[in-house]
Amino acid sequence: MTTTAPLTHRDLVADTARRVVAEHPPESTPRAEFLGACFDAGLAWVHFPRGSGGLGVEAGLQDVADSILQGAGGPVPFSINPMGYGMAGPTVVEHARPEVAAELLRPLATCEELWCQLFSEPGAGSDLAGLATRAVLDGDTWVVTGAKVWTSLAHRARRALLLARTDPDAPKHRGLTYFVLDMTDPGVEVRPLRQMTGAAEFNEVHLDGARIPDTHRLGEVGDGWRVAMTTLMNERRAIGGGSSRRGSGSIGAALQLWRERPDLRTPALRDRLTALFALADAARLTGERQRVESGDRPIGPEGSIGKLVGAELNQAVYDFCMDLLGVEATLYGSYDPPDGVDDETDEHAGPHDVQRAFLRSRANTIEGGTSEVLRNILGERLLGLPGDIRVDTGRPWREVPRG
Amino acid sequence: MVEFEFTDEQRALREVARDVCTRSAPEEEVRRLMGTAEGFDRAVLRRLGSDVGLLGLAVPEEHGGAGAGLVELALLAEETGRTLLPGPLVGTVALAVPALLATGDDAVAKELLPGVVEGTTVLALAATDDRGGWAPAQPSVAAGAGGRLTGEQAHVLDGAAADALLVLAAADDGPALFLVDGDAAGLTREVQSGLDLTRRQARLRLDGVVARPVGSAAAATAAAAVATARRTAAVVLAAAAVGSAQRMLDSSVEYARQRLQFGRPIGSFQAVKHRCADMLVDVEHARSAAYHAAWAADAGTDDPELAADLATVVTAEAHLRVAKSTVQVHGGIGFTWEHPTHLHYKRAVSDAALLGGRAAAAARLADAVLEPA
Repeated sequence: MTTTAPLTHRDLVADTARRVVAEHPPESTPRAEFLGACFDAGLAWVHFPRGSGGLGVEAGLQDVADSILQGAGGPVPFSINPMGYGMAGPTVVEHARPEVAAELLRPLATCEELWCQLFSEPGAGSDLAGLATRAVLDGDTWVVTGAKVWTSLAHRARRALLLARTDPDAPKHRGLTYFVLDMTDPGVEVRPLRQMTGAAEFNEVHLDGARIPDTHRLGEVGDGWRVAMTTLMNERRAIGGGSSRRGSGSIGAALQLWRERPDLRTPALRDRLTALFALADAARLTGERQRVESGDRPIGPEGSIGKLVGAELNQAVYDFCMDLLGVEATLYGSYDPPDGVDDETDEHAGPHDVQRAFLRSRANTIEGGTSEVLRNILGERLLGLPGDIRVDTGRPWREVPRG
Repeated sequence: MVEFEFTDEQRALREVARDVCTRSAPEEEVRRLMGTAEGFDRAVLRRLGSDVGLLGLAVPEEHGGAGAGLVELALLAEETGRTLLPGPLVGTVALAVPALLATGDDAVAKELLPGVVEGTTVLALAATDDRGGWAPAQPSVAAGAGGRLTGEQAHVLDGAAADALLVLAAADDGPALFLVDGDAAGLTREVQSGLDLTRRQARLRLDGVVARPVGSAAAATAAAAVATARRTAAVVLAAAAVGSAQRMLDSSVEYARQRLQFGRPIGSFQAVKHRCADMLVDVEHARSAAYHAAWAADAGTDDPELAADLATVVTAEAHLRVAKSTVQVHGGIGFTWEHPTHLHYKRAVSDAALLGGRAAAAARLADAVLEPA
């Protein structure tokens, strides 16, 4: 009777969500309390075990819960605590010791504790496994020194996912260990990192003797790369989700601009916009098809298609918008950061938001996996092509050239 | 009916279609048929028809068909595209049958469709002008006194092999459809030497040919029937492009894994690997757009016209790009006559121009989405 099981799970999720909404009306319940009720009912991540924010059912059923909870006016926790919900939760539940997971997951789910991710470094981008931040054991405490970069929300995060080197003599993938860092530790310094848009959406995080109890290590010493894979697969899933409504996202902005500005139209621009629309809609339909084909299972490496296409499409769409605007595109509102660190997104209201989104889109093909890395994933993981010949395989990390 | 979710019956149909296409059209057989006068094997057509029931998929049950829809037809087309199965499927199943059904002419349908379902009757829809322009408002064939047709049409798909043709002609009240026997007196048909050797197009000359009007007054006009046929055929061509593109991607990946240069498989070079990754994206986008158009027609998940035009634009471009990349990945061997890549490449070039072409589809798509009323 396996064919009827998913229906039962679907009903369980839907019934549970309706019960939470009935017992904790979203409009009159404080946010943390509502999200806490969702966590306790197993709706934060429905595929997690019971007691850890889940119901032990298929991950694809999360949409069932979210549509009921958010349809009733509940908050969208992923947008408040993206690294927490998208990456930290799945990594913690899989790799933290149970008492630590119990301590961390609920405040994450209620968004009382925001999370950030300390992975990339000035010297380790696509080659993440080459990172140089050192963690040294001192009794039952790890002491961490190094520099991390491109960290969203670090200035507001209470906790961080941290990947650090614990054995520089091992080959690079084998000398890494994974930790949960308390961002209030005095050894942590957060500095805003200003980007070409003028805003500071990200931070640099300097670690100078930051201390982490060994209990907050995820996975074994030297096994950090495997743990990080859990995080990264969830990151690509979170970014590559895509929109399911025709004409939403950046192509929607271009279509709106086209409708609002008949004075700027030319036949050549019209052809370009048509081609962009066709590409955007093909990408949207492909995301829909992948969701249907994967059923209640999470989407695998084929999700990288959406991330790759979405990033390049965004850039092409904003290139188009700038060409459409013509000389008006040469203006820019202000490069002054609003107030220190800005939690901006692509949706930035203002008279020059096209220009801002245009500049911001340059990062799309770099963040969350460069387009080069994604094409490697498609080539190697989906098509089965052989990997490139490497010069660092098997060599101690210490001996591999960096810079 | 959830879009993109195939039923067990549809999955089984795909297996049957793949099996019969693979067995009927191995590469050497495709090449042999390319050199024959008619360009296909009538015995294979009967096998597809009476033996496995694929030709009647989208024919109503009252006329001996399976009464299924465009999703089923797309699955068949994908397999014919994968194998480049030569045969008059586009002219007969994708163009003439939907046009005939749209006219609501039951008598003609009763006469012709059982033979189509059996694979014994080949049909064509002649809705071009004398240069091959698609569905002109003023056809280059005129209906004279007593329903006699005179004029010329070019680029008529499967027009030479057709046992009967639906001909769009200028009549007193505007364009109308007429039924013409393949061996009617005054009809001469000349196969046009094609770039794509796996499809046949013909030039028709009609000189006072006796013809029967097709269509009931209550049903769609001839123009609407032809538009329905074009939309159906566009989805069929889109699905066939998916099969052909997938076949080329598979072939490119296999070659990139095996071909050694500089002491390593060429697929380990990022320049080649990334090209293959882009081909994968194209194939996946093409598949999504083609299936979506089929579902839009059958289940109304989208405006069928818009979805068909989108499918044409997306699949034609994907097919062409994948074909060019396949030549490039294969290097010198990909440019030879003996390698199958050129057959798929020519199919991609040719199909992109049929039924009015992808530029016209893009123009309709632009009108629909950029400045909606």
